[in-house]
Amino acid sequence: MTWTNVIVQGVLFGGFYALFACGLSLLFGVMRIINLAHGDIAVVAGYTAVFLVPHLHVAEVWGFVVVVPIFALVGYVLQRTLLQAALDRSPLTTLLVTFGLSVLIENLLLEIYTANGQSVNIGSLIGNSWQVNSVIYVSWFQLVVLIVAVAVLGVLQVYLSKTSTGRLIRAVSDDREAAQICGANYRHIFGIAAAIAVATVALAGISYGILTELTPTTGGSQVLLYAFEAVVIGGIGSLWGTLIGGILLGVAQQIGAHYNPAYQVLAGHLLFLAILALRPQGLFGKKEALA
Amino acid sequence: MSALLDVEGLVVHHGQLCAVDNVSFHVAEGEVLAVVGANGAGKSTLLRTIAGLHRPSAGVVRFAGADISRLGAHERVRRGISLVPEGRRLFRSLTLEENLLVGAHKALPGTFDIPAVYEIFPWMKERRRANVAQFSGGEQQAVAIGRALVANPRVLMLDEVSLGLAPIVIERIYEVIPAIVAQGVTVLLVEQDVSQGLKVANRVHGLLEGRTSLEGRPDELSARDIEEAYFGADLHHSPPGGRS
Repeated sequence: MTWTNVIVQGVLFGGFYALFACGLSLLFGVMRIINLAHGDIAVVAGYTAVFLVPHLHVAEVWGFVVVVPIFALVGYVLQRTLLQAALDRSPLTTLLVTFGLSVLIENLLLEIYTANGQSVNIGSLIGNSWQVNSVIYVSWFQLVVLIVAVAVLGVLQVYLSKTSTGRLIRAVSDDREAAQICGANYRHIFGIAAAIAVATVALAGISYGILTELTPTTGGSQVLLYAFEAVVIGGIGSLWGTLIGGILLGVAQQIGAHYNPAYQVLAGHLLFLAILALRPQGLFGKKEALA
Repeated sequence: MSALLDVEGLVVHHGQLCAVDNVSFHVAEGEVLAVVGANGAGKSTLLRTIAGLHRPSAGVVRFAGADISRLGAHERVRRGISLVPEGRRLFRSLTLEENLLVGAHKALPGTFDIPAVYEIFPWMKERRRANVAQFSGGEQQAVAIGRALVANPRVLMLDEVSLGLAPIVIERIYEVIPAIVAQGVTVLLVEQDVSQGLKVANRVHGLLEGRTSLEGRPDELSARDIEEAYFGADLHHSPPGGRS
């Protein structure tokens, strides 16, 4: 029974990691941008929920309704300006630019809000849980995050495969130039993809702020790494792979923590290294994605 | 009759290399112009510049009377310029029909839509849900032509459609061009395979090392003229071992 609990808690954490990873996966899959500021953008979204939303007389639980659209817009503008300018130079430049962005965000947050931890306060809702039996408790909020993660990935999958804009996103990601000679303004399409990616990151950042505590450096040191690991384990370019990757990472961490709390992080990294060594394209990735 | 496409003094560089050097020509509406030349003569660069994928260092591209030199590639599609690029460049993770849908998403009004393309290439209808990555070279070339056609271009540019295809397949691809021209589409094609180019073209424009080496109608040009334009005029006169 204890093991069942370990798995259940792992899966719940996994949903959370998957929500973080899907934006990273999309940005890399479509634009070949490795966004090192990914985690920091999530933290900024969390801070926005903490500091802006209370002024708007919106209950903090509904903060995401305000923050997510703002960040979709931020994503579009960021792509059309800074990231596109970096992409036009070379793919490696995007690495430097997003790294710089990460440093900038972390230090600005430290300067303005100090190093204190911040939480998005949703009151007593966070404490609610569902007791399955004597050992297994499922936190309502974590369950909600898992459901949201599955829903976001599902909607994204349908959007990419069934809508005309989704088709253009796939076309641009296959061959940017060929899409241009079909009449597609690839910069605009990139902007849409970035808007979606950053909106999901914002959702993940707010969830993180609700679940635990955000500090200015949370994004670079923890969030980014776990999101990367989830993407790599699942396989680049596969959204469902990202979900499975996140869940496996969560389960591995919980198993590690079960033996010794100090092994929680280590177990996740070991799974990640094992996948890199044995199946570098990830569980659901295609071999050619490595090329 | 005024020219539909008018290229004037076009110069295009790839870094230091001058790929197209002061080339001028025009294509009248309904005409088929073949640009011929050896590998590296600047033919593809010329078409890609007209399509908007390269910025010229000098010169002007006019289309239907308007200067389009500053327009992006996607905007030129809306004006009526479509390119079938070298190497086909299909969207490899998309199905045949999805490739055509992307081609048609900014289409001008006109005769070519997806059913019309299925009429030209009847095999496509059955395989429209298949992924294009598994198609043969000839099939992929047909999809690339279909993808450009569904945008209903006024000028269709074909870049080396015969490249890497078996002669029988090339013949089949070239068989559809008269049907396209019959619908009033102007065709600008680039070929290394001169005989194919000459068969369908009303006029020929030769390029040699980025410069115009020949202009004329296929029936007025001798094999010797074309050979010289293709390989260089002094080919027959230079002493052995003289010029490399």
